[in-house]
Amino acid sequence: MWKYEKKLQYPVKVSTCNPTLAKYLIEQYGGADGELAAALRYLNQRYTIPDKVVGLLTDIGTEEFAHLEMIATMIYKLTKDATPEQLKEAGIDAHYVNHDKALFYHNAAGAPFTATYIQAKGDPIADLYEDIAAEEKARATYQWIIDLSDDPDLNDSLRFLREREVVHSQRFREAVEILKEERDRKKIF
Amino acid sequence: MEQLPQEYYQLLEEIQSVDFVIVELTLYLDTHPDDYNALQQYNQFAAYSKKLKDNFESLFGPLEQGSLIKNTDYWSWSSSPWPWQV
Ligand SMILES: [Fe+2]
Repeated sequence: MWKYEKKLQYPVKVSTCNPTLAKYLIEQYGGADGELAAALRYLNQRYTIPDKVVGLLTDIGTEEFAHLEMIATMIYKLTKDATPEQLKEAGIDAHYVNHDKALFYHNAAGAPFTATYIQAKGDPIADLYEDIAAEEKARATYQWIIDLSDDPDLNDSLRFLREREVVHSQRFREAVEILKEERDRKKIF
Repeated sequence: MEQLPQEYYQLLEEIQSVDFVIVELTLYLDTHPDDYNALQQYNQFAAYSKKLKDNFESLFGPLEQGSLIKNTDYWSWSSSPWPWQV
């Protein structure tokens, strides 16, 4: 089961109402390499992966939900005071027509979230390599968003998230080594 | 939403930074389960986090289900602000 804590993993502040930035951030909410995809990917792989890395998948998958909440908070804060006119200017009028200011799981281009973003092969090495690639893609996406953003408060939180992807990638790489070692040991004896 | 005192943000950020150390150590220990020093640090920070949360909750209400409801005779889970509202 999961336990909810009434706090963000890292503070999220935004300098001004800025629906254009919210439009970019939606990519990390319901996009292919976003936080929802990450959480669902890792938690789903746990059931068929060797015991040695179940803990890691559980803990990183859980942390991704904390990141999802941070992204949601950013989008919420960047749009809550926006007028329909400002939303139109930012190019999210199509979202507004369908959802008002509600969040929705789609990417920056408006394509709804799909399970085809994630994979589960049942082969531990294949799954972990997918996870490493996902972390690197998420890291790159955060970098592109930081490059586009001129909000110093928001960028502070985005840099935190970018660094988390670096750490996750590192831990998944270590998990690959642990499994390879275990496999080689089995071959010897 | 009524204005929260500066103390709310200070104490919360302190908890966030201690809990961040715990998350980092957790992931590290997941792939280095026999690192004794990291394990010691984990236990230290877990105890520290618990202390900070106890104090925060006595001032601003529960952070999670299962926390004692302090200083109040009503169900205060929903009466303090949610993370995206502060
Ligand atoms: Fe991640």
